[in-house]
Amino acid sequence: MRFAVLRFPGSNCDQDCLRTLRDSFGEKAESVWHKDTSLRGFDTIIVPGGFSYGDYLRCGAIARYSPVMRAVAEEAARGTPVLGICNGFQILCEAGLLPGALVRNRGLHFICRQVHLLLENDTSLFTRAGHTGQVLRIPVAHGEGCYFADEATLRRLEDGNRVAFRYCDAHGEVTAENNPNGSLRNIAGILNESGNVLGMMPHPERACEERLGSTDGRIVFESLLGSALAATR
Amino acid sequence: MKIRVTVLPKPSVLDPQGVAVAGAMKHLGWDQPGRVRVGKVIEIEAPGGRPSEEKLHAICRDLLSNPVIEDYTVDFVE
Repeated sequence: MRFAVLRFPGSNCDQDCLRTLRDSFGEKAESVWHKDTSLRGFDTIIVPGGFSYGDYLRCGAIARYSPVMRAVAEEAARGTPVLGICNGFQILCEAGLLPGALVRNRGLHFICRQVHLLLENDTSLFTRAGHTGQVLRIPVAHGEGCYFADEATLRRLEDGNRVAFRYCDAHGEVTAENNPNGSLRNIAGILNESGNVLGMMPHPERACEERLGSTDGRIVFESLLGSALAATR
Repeated sequence: MKIRVTVLPKPSVLDPQGVAVAGAMKHLGWDQPGRVRVGKVIEIEAPGGRPSEEKLHAICRDLLSNPVIEDYTVDFVE
């Protein structure tokens, strides 16, 4: 499988993604500069975390106008899986490929720690290696990760089974105490309407090896790899 | 001439910065601030004159603000 990992000025988790895909999974992963205009030939596109354009104006607000984002929109429309992690999630929201927005954490602190996530939809391209109700331990690292959307959008997401992950406790209980950033309905990750774009604040690429404290992030990549295998059959 | 765009969080969006600033006002001896919202002001020099109304609002709506979470107002300063 051939992965594109986008790189904007200020991206930093692109290296984590490339390393995880190459070393933990043995897959082909290429860095794609934000000025590139084509993403043809890639099986999956990853919009990685970091601080694109220094988070100037709003997180992701300037990156969404980078030339490569037009290609991301084209590929997303074609059905290619697009995974936005952290700043990548913010960029996809700014670009209108996912609904809602990510605002300053309720507690104002930058949060960098392991959190628990409840997997809510095991039918998506990104989660099918797991099972609904499964609790994952995956780290977050963000200052602006509070998911916000209006009531109608939240209802559409929930009715369409498009909430992929929610913040929860170790037993899978979705509680206010286990919401690290104030996200509405504890939302940590959402899918687009066609199910081929996922945005999530936690970093699955940082949870793929035992020595990093958790391998639960593998589910996201194994799901993508399994989906690709299924498609070629 | 200059164009001054003011961007503020929508009333429906929790603004933790505003809450923190309101709290700090109490330390200065004013204990009755109402809701405080923190946003940003963007000043644009326009030596060649202002863009069309349509263009200006596209810039405000699609770049300078995010309509999901923010409102904006435009002022012209001579």
